Formats: sequence, structure tokens, C-alpha cells
Amino acid sequence: MEAIMNTPVVMMLRDPVLYLGLGRGLMLTLQIAVLSIVLSFGFGTVLGAMRYSGVPGIKHIAASYVETVRNLPTLLLILVSYFVLGLPAMWAATIGLTIYTSAIIAEVIRGGLNSVPTGQWEAARSQGFSFLQSMRYIVLPPAVVKMIPPIVSQFVTVIKDSSFAMAIGAYELMFKGTILAAVYWRPSQIITIYVVISLVYFTVNFIISMVARRLQTKLSVGRGSIGD
Amino acid sequence: MSDLIANIGFLQQGPFAIPRWEALFSNIDLLWQGTIVTLIVASLGLALALVLGTVLGVMAASHWRIPRAFARAYVEFYQNTPLLIQVFMIFNALPMLFSGLFIPVITIGILGVGMYHGAYISEVVRAGIQSIGRGQLEAALSQGFTYIGAMRYIIIPQAMRIVLPPLTNQAVSLIKNTSVIAIIAGGDLMYAGDAFAGRFGHYGPTYVVVGLGYFLMCFPLAMLARRLEDRTRVL
Repeated sequence: MEAIMNTPVVMMLRDPVLYLGLGRGLMLTLQIAVLSIVLSFGFGTVLGAMRYSGVPGIKHIAASYVETVRNLPTLLLILVSYFVLGLPAMWAATIGLTIYTSAIIAEVIRGGLNSVPTGQWEAARSQGFSFLQSMRYIVLPPAVVKMIPPIVSQFVTVIKDSSFAMAIGAYELMFKGTILAAVYWRPSQIITIYVVISLVYFTVNFIISMVARRLQTKLSVGRGSIGD
Repeated sequence: MSDLIANIGFLQQGPFAIPRWEALFSNIDLLWQGTIVTLIVASLGLALALVLGTVLGVMAASHWRIPRAFARAYVEFYQNTPLLIQVFMIFNALPMLFSGLFIPVITIGILGVGMYHGAYISEVVRAGIQSIGRGQLEAALSQGFTYIGAMRYIIIPQAMRIVLPPLTNQAVSLIKNTSVIAIIAGGDLMYAGDAFAGRFGHYGPTYVVVGLGYFLMCFPLAMLARRLEDRTRVL
């Protein structure tokens, strides 16, 4: 028993420093992810609405933004935010992720709006609904149902991609783990740290994925419109 | 003309100054070498991902419990952990487990993106197989096909059409994700650009050109995916 308690791995796992370090890292990871998602939701809604509007100039601005950003690596966007825009590491990660994620959310929003058949628009307008009323009561309810699951699962992508922030030295979970792997330098300890970090990411993301899946099945039941 | 340029501040100073562009283009070979590494990692990684994805996808759609559970566990693990930690595991942890093992960084990249996107592709393949009516499989089995044979000759050829657009999108993500090996000094386009930019501080022009490089690799594929999507919708 004594022998087991004194192995390097068990000594490390009993050290509160490990959990403090990883805990702080996880907090920053979640902070970056939540901020990015919130900002991307705002920015992505504007972009999605711009592209959906079909107004010539406006539509093209949104479309070129989305098409450009979707074809760039997230890591590049984070590096640009840090080195070219000169933001502090945590904000560079947040903004880099936001630039990318808002393009994805813009497409989700446009897809959701497009999924409502134009006949429903025309019917609403012909019944005397104003533009905003048709949007609020006819188009948005089924469209939002389509948008929620992909936005929730985008959260998983943002959490995973926030690990790229270690390249610019933001103390998120991945970077914290790498630093701890320098303190606990024995091979068995380093491997254990990697396993622990993986499990932390896995647990958080798995829960979110489950929620997304639940929402998908729950929201798609009994909500079928004529257009489906 | 040159007087005019000399008087425009941002062309002479700042992150996008002309001398920085000149310095970049006289060293553009570095970025070409990086591009070649990226293309090698992406193409071999995609090949690995397609093989893994097809095998796991067939396993996930099968009715044998153990292969299905294995495929499920693989997909959940790879989709819910960052690619970066998977790459670090291969880069750092694997040589510790098998001491003396040396894995070239390009191989780490290929294994990393291949195994990661293999999980995503298996989901695409599974959805494709399940979209083909069960009757097709039953008919094939009743005609004496084995399960693998039925998949090979009856189900997969039909599923291909549904699977192709999301598969192309996966290829785009895979190309973009090869950039993570820059963090372990992978010598790819991102690393080449970052190393050059970091040495002289020419971040602006370098990132623009690196971005253009990735864009030129990804955009045609993204367009192809859109075309394929439109085509399947018509059919």
C-alpha cells in the first residue's frame, strides 16, 4: 500500500497543485469559449440576416466574409489577432475564435431561415402581418428550432479549438497541462497529465454533445411543418 | 511616384509596410516548402481518415454489438477531445510508452488528422449507409451476399452520392486542421509562416500570404461540396 502511495503518479494525483492548475486552465477555457459563442451569436445573426436579406451589396459583403473565413484555419485567425491586432492572449483567442465561429453561426442562421418555405411568408403577409410580425410569429419559431442544436454543438468545436490558444501562451487548459507536464516531468506523470486533460475535455464536451442530441430529437418531434 | 509612396505613412511603417512585403517575397521559398508539407500531410491524412472512417462507419451501422460499441466509443472520444491533445499524445506520450520510438513530425500530423477526421467521416458513412433502405440489405443478404459483400457492392455505391458532399466538407476541415502541427514545429505552411514572421516581425504580410495559401487549397473543395449538395438535392 505504502509503495503504491509513493509512486510518482499517485504522488502527483494527491497534489492539490495539479487540480488548482488544471481547474484554473479549465476556467479560462470555458471563459474564452462562452465569450466567443456569445459574441459569435450576435455577429453571426447580423451576418446571417444580411445574407438572407438578398439585398445586393449587403448580401455580398456577408457572403464574402463567410466564404473567406470558413476556408482559413482557426489557428491562423488566433495568431493574427495576437500578433497583428496586438490583443492580449486571452482576448486574441476569444476574437480569433469569434471571427471563425460567427461565420459558422451565420450559415446556421441562414439555413434555419431558409428552411421556412416562402409560402409561409407570403401567407403571413397576405393575412396582414407586418414584416416584423411575420418574422416573430411565423418564420422564427420553426427556424429557431432548426438553429438551436447546431449552435449548441458548435460550442463543442469552440471548446476544442480554444486549445489552439496555447500557441500564443494563453493559460487555458491545454497550456496549463503542458506547464504542469514540465513540473511533473517523469514520463508516467506526463502521460497521466495528458490522460487527465483529455478526460476533462471529454467530460465537458460529451455533456454538451448529449444536450445537443437531446435537443435535436426533442425539438424535431411534433414540430413538423407542412414544408417538411 | 516613389515620392508619393514615401509620403504615405502606412506603406513605409506599420505591420503592412512595403519593405516587409519585399522581405517576405524574397524568402517565399520557405512558404512553398511549408505548402508542400501541408499538402503531403493533408493528402495522406485524408487517405487514412477515409479508410478508418469507412471501416468504423460500416462497424457503427452493423448489428454486431461489439464492433458497434467500439466504433461508438472511438467516435465519442475523438469528437469530444481537441485534436491538439491527440497530437501531443502521439508526439510526447507515445515515445515515452515505447522508449526509443521516433516518429517523424509529418507522420504525427498524418496520424493526428487521419484519426481525428476518421471519427467524423465514420459518422458521415454511417448516416449514408442508414439512409439506404433496410430492404436493400435484406434483399442482398437473401441473394447470398455476405454482409461485407452487400456493403461493398450494394449499399456503399448507393450511399456514395449522399455521402460525397459532407465528405468533401471534411476534406476542407482536414486541410485546415493540419495547421495544428505548427505547434509541434511540424514544418507545414503555418509553421513556415509563423517561423519567418517571428524571426523578423513581418507578421502582417506573412499571415496574409499564409491565409491565401490555405484559402486556395480549401475554397475549390468547398465550392465542389456546394455543387455536389445542389446536385443531390435535385435528384
